[in-house]
Amino acid sequence: MLFWTIFKVSIKSLIANKLRSFLAMLGIIIGVAAVISMLALGTGAQQQIMDRFTAMGTNLLVVRPGGQRRGGVRSGSRQTLKLEDAAAIVEKIAGVDAVAPLVQGRAQVKYFNENVNTSLIGASGTYLPIRNFTVGKGRSFSEVEEERSARVALLGSATAETLFHDQNPVGEVIHVGAVSFHVIGVLKSKGDQGWFNPDDMVIIPYTTAMKRILGQDYLGEIDVQAAAGQDMTKMAEEVASLLRVRHRLRQADEDDFNVRNQAEMLEMVSSNTQTFTILLAGIASISLVVGGIGIMNIMLVTVTERTREIGVRKAIGARDRDILGQFLLEAVLVSALGGLLGIGLGYGVTRLVERFTEYIPIVQAYAVFLSIAVSCSVGVVFGFLPARRAARLDPIVALRYE
Amino acid sequence: MSMIEIRKLRKTYRMGEVIVKALDGVDVAIAEGDMAAITGPSGSGKSTLMHILGCLDTPDEGEYFLAGENVAGLSKDKLAGIRNRRIGFVFQSFNLLPRLSALENVELPLLYSGRADAKERAATALRTVGLGDRTHHEPNQLSGGQRQRVAVARAIVTDPAIILADEPTGNLDTKTGQEILALFQALNEAGRTVILVTHDEQVAAHCKRQVRILDGKVLEAD
Ligand SMILES: Nc1ncnc2c1ncn2[C@@H]1O[C@H](COP(=O)(O)OP(=O)(O)O)[C@@H](O)[C@H]1O
Ligand SMILES: [Mg+2]
Repeated sequence: MLFWTIFKVSIKSLIANKLRSFLAMLGIIIGVAAVISMLALGTGAQQQIMDRFTAMGTNLLVVRPGGQRRGGVRSGSRQTLKLEDAAAIVEKIAGVDAVAPLVQGRAQVKYFNENVNTSLIGASGTYLPIRNFTVGKGRSFSEVEEERSARVALLGSATAETLFHDQNPVGEVIHVGAVSFHVIGVLKSKGDQGWFNPDDMVIIPYTTAMKRILGQDYLGEIDVQAAAGQDMTKMAEEVASLLRVRHRLRQADEDDFNVRNQAEMLEMVSSNTQTFTILLAGIASISLVVGGIGIMNIMLVTVTERTREIGVRKAIGARDRDILGQFLLEAVLVSALGGLLGIGLGYGVTRLVERFTEYIPIVQAYAVFLSIAVSCSVGVVFGFLPARRAARLDPIVALRYE
Repeated sequence: MSMIEIRKLRKTYRMGEVIVKALDGVDVAIAEGDMAAITGPSGSGKSTLMHILGCLDTPDEGEYFLAGENVAGLSKDKLAGIRNRRIGFVFQSFNLLPRLSALENVELPLLYSGRADAKERAATALRTVGLGDRTHHEPNQLSGGQRQRVAVARAIVTDPAIILADEPTGNLDTKTGQEILALFQALNEAGRTVILVTHDEQVAAHCKRQVRILDGKVLEAD
């Protein structure tokens, strides 16, 4: 078969000019390696962000006091969210599974000599399932304890570790500020999330926090969990209009609260990272073009060098398209081989990144196939000009070429 | 009808101010099954004529009938087809492809015409020229005479009616040259039309007829 013969001739000439072939491939190798590793890094980062959001809880609306951010400054009062608002949301809005009213602050927490400054969350028992926390040791607090403003506390795993080391904290007494609390449970670790550490905190009933620690009658946040399959955007609007009515806002008034939709945030962040990934890969693919030019350059040299061979082939009956095919195949062979080596190199880079940084790059199959397809196309596109030059050579001129 | 007939063939080369009339109105007719020697001094236009006969080059003026068909109007692909199947060309400098074995070199024309039994036919052609035992040698592992045999095998592998040879013995010693000449005579006896260019009167004398060329014109054709 002609293809096989041409293939063999191409391979032989590649091997005969090893260094030159390698240099021709170098651009493609680097380009493909860059694209592969950039895509892998981007995909890995996206996966990490998604994991964080999932850890924070899905199907979640977060209502906070203060209007939308405007030029970096929150407009409106910070004391607008009330317990009654939380109650109204469960009562009035369909599809709400649970709400968690909460207040936040920081507190000095002591256990004998151990002392730590950590974040204090005053919440209802519903906070734990809504935010995907699970109790590792002990138990969560009961409704009765919430109603009575009981002095009971749950510890984040990191906080527990700092205060108690290997000792079991459950049943011990700690001091939050000047108030003593019974530790009734320790949360399972969620792992550091980058911008905050969910394992480093103390959770007490919101009633206790509001009355005994913070002395406030307003909430810092209301978490709303929807039942599965709810339209989160619609629910966010319903929550907003309910709160506007409750807060007696007039048409012209701005919201004195804001409702964040986790699903939307997730989508936004993930589409941002995707855009970023594509941008990075796009920049990396510029080096593929440079690689293509390298191939074109080498192929032009090859065609000039082998002018006599082209003349001989034409003299024995090769048509223009046979010659075109031969040199195109050679160019594609060079670029495809470069692409394969580039995939190897790119994979190696991601392994190194995984080993020496905290990123976990993910090499996806589509990126590998895409790279192979792109490098073959680079060969076709940039091999075309040299191949056409070869095909168009006049047989007698080519035979006379010294 | 002649196998090859050319009329008033002209080919002019311009090198700046200098104009060279490589062919200056050549008329030649060669019958089927003939064996013709084209002779003449160096630079008289022999190679130019052979290239046109071999459809490698085109004349500026004049007509070329190959088995009655005017070659002038044919497309590049048609001409490639003629070079592939109807004419076998043997060069003075062999023009084998390096890095391909003798067998692969001989196979090439068949591959371009898409024949399935290329290997066997190439092997047969190599046996015909007496090189049945050298099929896997590359050109640089062969002597000049052996290379020219490979080139002849390549020229006959598609079973063309016409064999053109431009000074096929020019790069060979006398004895080897005679062996190659014998090969062409055998091909002619088998019915092929053979035209060869030569300086050598000895070689020319072995042909059925001679065409003498001087300064692009045919001196005598007997
Ligand atoms: N490509 C060319 N460009 C310019 N002059 C050429 C070219 N080919 C041949 N000639 C000239 O045409 C004449 C005939 O050449 P050629 O046919 O090769 O002669 P021969 O084969 O009889 O020695 C010579 O004068 C040669 O210099
Ligand atoms: Mg000559």
